Amino acid sequence: MKIVAHFEIPYYQILNEAQELVADLPSFAKDPAHLIRLYRLMVLNRLFDAKAIALQRTGKLGTYPSTLGQEAAFVGMGDALSKNDVIVPYYRDVGILIQRGVKLSEILLYWGGDERGNAFANKENFPYSVPVGSQPLHAAGVATAFKIRKEKRAVLTVCGDGGTSEGDFYEAMNVAGVWKLPVVFAVCNNQWAISVPRSEQTAAQTLAQKAIAAGFSGEQVDGNDVIAVRDRVTLALEKAREKSEPTLIEIICYRQNDHTTADDAKRYEKAKVREQEWEKEPIARLRRYLESIKAWSEKEEKELQVTSEAEIEKSVAEYLATPLAPLENMFDYLYATLPESLEEQRELLKQWGNTHG
Amino acid sequence: MAEITLVEAVDLALAYEMQADPSVVILGEDIAKNGGVFRATQGLLDKFGPDRVRDTPLAESMIGGLAIGMAIEGLKPVAEFQFMGFLYPALDQIINHAARIRNRTRGHLSCPVVFRAPFGSGIHAPEHHSESTEALLAHIPGLRVVIPSSPVRAYGLLLASIRDPDPVIFLEPSRLYRFAKQEVEDNGKALPLDKCFTLREGKDITLVTWGAMIKETMAAAEVIVKEGIDVEIIDVATLKPLDMETILSSVEKTGRCVIIHEAPKTGGVGADISAQIAEKALLSLKAPVMRITGYDTIVPYARLEKYYIPSVPQIVDAIKKTMEFA
Repeated sequence: MKIVAHFEIPYYQILNEAQELVADLPSFAKDPAHLIRLYRLMVLNRLFDAKAIALQRTGKLGTYPSTLGQEAAFVGMGDALSKNDVIVPYYRDVGILIQRGVKLSEILLYWGGDERGNAFANKENFPYSVPVGSQPLHAAGVATAFKIRKEKRAVLTVCGDGGTSEGDFYEAMNVAGVWKLPVVFAVCNNQWAISVPRSEQTAAQTLAQKAIAAGFSGEQVDGNDVIAVRDRVTLALEKAREKSEPTLIEIICYRQNDHTTADDAKRYEKAKVREQEWEKEPIARLRRYLESIKAWSEKEEKELQVTSEAEIEKSVAEYLATPLAPLENMFDYLYATLPESLEEQRELLKQWGNTHG
Repeated sequence: MAEITLVEAVDLALAYEMQADPSVVILGEDIAKNGGVFRATQGLLDKFGPDRVRDTPLAESMIGGLAIGMAIEGLKPVAEFQFMGFLYPALDQIINHAARIRNRTRGHLSCPVVFRAPFGSGIHAPEHHSESTEALLAHIPGLRVVIPSSPVRAYGLLLASIRDPDPVIFLEPSRLYRFAKQEVEDNGKALPLDKCFTLREGKDITLVTWGAMIKETMAAAEVIVKEGIDVEIIDVATLKPLDMETILSSVEKTGRCVIIHEAPKTGGVGADISAQIAEKALLSLKAPVMRITGYDTIVPYARLEKYYIPSVPQIVDAIKKTMEFA
């Protein structure tokens, strides 16, 4: 017998839960202004999240997936992307989208049940993808286009821990390995796929090691450490652009809320576990660090809360004031040109569409 | 001008469009060095190189999803599924994404992919290689389903499908791949999508069909014309969206109609055509619309498969019964 293959999965952390620096700061993080920018985005993400849930609870928003506790993962990823890169998101990525020019009111519009909330989409910013684990293939397709056109650009795609059980996830990684595609697969491992815990999703010791079978490197990063997330995703995107090599990054975090507003985690989750995980949450950690280096004060914190709330309120007002889209829109974007055979149905809708009370 | 087969016409159209449009990229299993298991992509690797003629790992959902990403990013991928029965793993990608990207993004993104697959029975292949489940796809909003039935239409409709700004399912009747040769001019001219082709004009009865069943329908027509019945034959060609106008104006003229398809009867596209005739041309009808179709069974393996396909005498009989209906 001889060993024909072996592998290791690294875990990266820079600012730990005790607010200690356990690794050298990457150069971007030596600039307090940069960290403050990330901090502001995380706070905005969290306050927005609370507002969205409140809107849902009062019947003003549809089902909404909370991002509580996962702000560092998304804000870190969003900051790592360069404008020319492509993001292929899933549906929990508020912290990324707000850095890609997507308006908070558009995010509310989407979860409020209006397709126009997805109209931000363009070739650099893909729309939400609800079918779990299906979108990494689109990212691989985009990366293939870059490779064919010899463009030095990278693609970042995100899914959850549940998504890693889908065949498409493996198929995307497999082809990315064979074709050496410039794509970064980020798995936001928040430990839960609705009610099924990570331990019941796979017997693999880590999700990161799934990259090994596809022939490229996988790693874990502390998803409550925005500095580490930003650093690792930046490096992986650079590797994609410069060497056209894929990477899998498992971002370890914890879902501090129900799966969505339609879920009730009390049915399956021990409150104590969530409380213990809250000790590691990302915003307090960065805030204490910023305070420790005298880059942040109580006064600035108060101002941030006020300005963020105001921004959110403005977006809520904008969202609530958005009139219904014309009914015919359901036909208008089906094809580039409406086929003649559908004109009759479009007319029917115009005739009967207003008889629904 | 050379006489070529349907499968050669597919190859010819792909070569033409890849030459004309550098954004056209083809991908699939065994399509590069091997030229495809039916040789529909023969010679393209040598002409256009491995960047644009890509053998994929063996994973059909991947072929679907990859093509979608490439298309959104500005390429025009033509993806081959080796057989229609192996397109099923990609249905999630096709239905949940390809068909919806334009609608989902309010027209900001689009998905101009052609998904090609050989389909239908009659080639003595193992299980899963004989599917005619086009109705599954014709049911999906946002898709086009196109089926050529001759070398000329394969060439012209494939060009049109590649140039179409939306996803097209292009189903090639494998039974006709090498059935007959036809002169095809390699002039890059597309045929219209969303339009039926009237293959023979006649005043007595309308025969509506598509794909490989054109063969049996034409043979039945030959028999019946000798008996003095003047048949009109319509090749539907684009199953979705459906050109009912051509079918209805034919039925209004003849008053009689037989629909022939290889696919199972229940929920088949023939049912929809028949229903639309009933809705819109009932008073023109002199007889009930008949459907001659495959059975609602699994297509038998090679030894019995020919008994599954509607036969020429069966079609002749249906025409006669429809003509005799008082």
